Amino acid sequence: MVRKKKCVAMLLAGGQGSRLYPLTGNIAKPAVSFGGKYRIIDFPLSNCVNSGIDTVGVLTQYQPLVLNDYIGNGQPWDLDRSFGGAHILSPYQAKHSSDWYKGTANAIYQNIHFIKQFDPDYVLILSGDHIYKMNYSIMLNYHILNDADCTIAAINVDKKDASRFGILNTREDGSVYQFEEKPAVPKSTLASMGIYVFTAQKLYKYLEEDCSDTKSSNDFGKDILPKMLNAGEKMMAYEFNGYWKDVGTIDSLYEANMDLLGDNPKFNVADSNWKIQSRSPLAPPHYIGEHSKVGNSIIMSGCEIDGTVENSVLASNVTVKSGAVIKNSIIMADCVIEEGAVVEYSIIDERTSVGKNAVIGAEPAEKRKITVLGRDINIPEGEKVVAGMIIDGANGGEKQ
Amino acid sequence: MRAVGIIFSNIHDHNVAELARIRTLGSIPFGGRYRLIDFPLSNMVNSGIDTVGIITKSNYQSLMDHVGSGKDWDLARKDGGLILLPPYGHAENSMLYNSRLEALKGITSFLFRADEDYVVMTDCDAVCRMNYNDIIDNHIKEHADITLVYKKRMLNEGERAQRLEVAGNRVTGVNVKTGEDGEEANIFANVFVLKKSLLLSIVLDSISRNYSHFMTDIVARNLNSMRIIGYEHKGFLAAITSLQAYYDSNLALLNKEIRDEIFGDRSVFTKVRDSAPTKYGNFAVVKNSMIADGCLIEGEVENSILFRNVKVGRGTVVKNSIVMQNAVLGENCTLNCIITDKNVTVTDRKVLSGSGNHPFYISKGIMI
Repeated sequence: MVRKKKCVAMLLAGGQGSRLYPLTGNIAKPAVSFGGKYRIIDFPLSNCVNSGIDTVGVLTQYQPLVLNDYIGNGQPWDLDRSFGGAHILSPYQAKHSSDWYKGTANAIYQNIHFIKQFDPDYVLILSGDHIYKMNYSIMLNYHILNDADCTIAAINVDKKDASRFGILNTREDGSVYQFEEKPAVPKSTLASMGIYVFTAQKLYKYLEEDCSDTKSSNDFGKDILPKMLNAGEKMMAYEFNGYWKDVGTIDSLYEANMDLLGDNPKFNVADSNWKIQSRSPLAPPHYIGEHSKVGNSIIMSGCEIDGTVENSVLASNVTVKSGAVIKNSIIMADCVIEEGAVVEYSIIDERTSVGKNAVIGAEPAEKRKITVLGRDINIPEGEKVVAGMIIDGANGGEKQ
Repeated sequence: MRAVGIIFSNIHDHNVAELARIRTLGSIPFGGRYRLIDFPLSNMVNSGIDTVGIITKSNYQSLMDHVGSGKDWDLARKDGGLILLPPYGHAENSMLYNSRLEALKGITSFLFRADEDYVVMTDCDAVCRMNYNDIIDNHIKEHADITLVYKKRMLNEGERAQRLEVAGNRVTGVNVKTGEDGEEANIFANVFVLKKSLLLSIVLDSISRNYSHFMTDIVARNLNSMRIIGYEHKGFLAAITSLQAYYDSNLALLNKEIRDEIFGDRSVFTKVRDSAPTKYGNFAVVKNSMIADGCLIEGEVENSILFRNVKVGRGTVVKNSIVMQNAVLGENCTLNCIITDKNVTVTDRKVLSGSGNHPFYISKGIMI
């Protein structure tokens, strides 16, 4: 029996995520904590597993330690397989060259042998910086039914935002005749989600050509897709209508977390038909104290709450002492908020402690100004951190 | 490793007959996300014991489902690890064992195979943090033949318990007596430490002499000929001796000191199941309660323990109750002093009440 896979997924997880500073000071963007329990990469990984794709190459480059550790052998996603499963693919030294991944296409090209060992008919390219639930097998079927060479998942965005995205200009049948990367005057509002299905042989051909082109920036959006269109390959747009959020900035990460709250949340992570898997922390159930007040919030195991928590997302093992108030904020794992401290409209990264009666952030006057504390910081007693301030733990640097 | 662990998962099933009707004592849910066996099993792992045999007798499907390969306790090993020991029947004697000693007769091959010098034996009826290394160290220092661990505590009216008479640290008597209310006694914690070679010779000898009871046939007969040492467990220990004790022990976790002692270093292991984080609605009012992941709370919860994936509807009040996983409590219900087993549904506007000294138990899968 020839062992092969119908489809192999390649997950681009090397992004530095500099606009998420300081949360990405020493971890890669896909490893950033989300929704109390998750990391961003849980979403594409769970989507793969739920879509029946059991072979995922995870391409890491920037600060991979936490991410590698988190993915491990892929067991939490049921991706510890004897043939297939999750594989961490780091840049490596080869006989004639040793390079960092230069662009998205180059990263895939350098791991073409990984893909080929599974002899797939199709290759799914994903990125590790979006929050969404999507059944890739439907997209794959769409690709197969249309006999396409490349299918791009696309979502309708607001006209004013369209120039921030790669825009697909399509014919009536959904085929793409033009791909414009961040156009100044967009002709359509159909934005690429950075999710591609390629027929494997076509992908190999264009990656090999692109790699020998010294002028190329080795990027899917800028190089591979335009070249395929110019050569007349059949490219389809697959329209996606669900929730999809690029969490590449502090504001969008904040919004996406807040989208989990409310009676009818914009995004439901507790969907039993589409489980988001993740590596679960080992902690007892959380405890809510005698005089505490908790409303419209998400709270993870291991927390000890004696204060007030409203409209907030708390990750595991957060301690909120009595009299402390947390409103409209995101608190990541292992933080301690001491007595009487007030935290509003803030994101606080792992293992940071906020001293007694300290005040972090405030309700923004007009434009949203999220206050951010990096990891491993001690905010002294009584300190006031003004709204919009960003404090980086690792470098002690501050910027506003 | 110097010790092999043996856990008896079934021995005290009759203590909490309601909860053990469909499962072993070891697989009774406890503390929001755990099962009783997690406590001895984690104590073993945290004491560096990496070969653990779990002796089962009946109703052990839920236990097998829970422990699986032992991966969640880091006991999925090529060498040793977690080994389930179901009853061993053979043609001429297919009776199930009835006592600890008879159960041990069925696992002699497990004992022969283990190359550790000592054996730690424990049951699943005690929720505590116990460092077996300290007990083994003491056992060696005292040149003991057998160490029996006990907890000095008050008895409830009419509580029958295995008592140890201890003089100095030597056990001088064992007996089972019904207690007076408020009487203090050294209650055996069902934890034994002894050399593997001694245990094997006791078991083989018992087969030929047809002994069946470890305490009366072995310990009581050898109080003078063997050095039998009592070791007092000074920390928190909740003995699950009845449904009432089960109820009280769960609620004891609402005490911060006890919670910190048991869970403070986050090293009670359990089967990891994926649930989304717990979500609180706008009208949630929660006080002095322990709440596991995956819950959706829109009503009031006070002095209670909620297991995973429990839904509390709007206007519903849950007080002094233990609600196991997947319960769906509708709107405007009242629950007071109730224990609901798994998968219970309470429809809108129902009022259920037990009392603090007699909690009302609702069995698995019931819809009210």
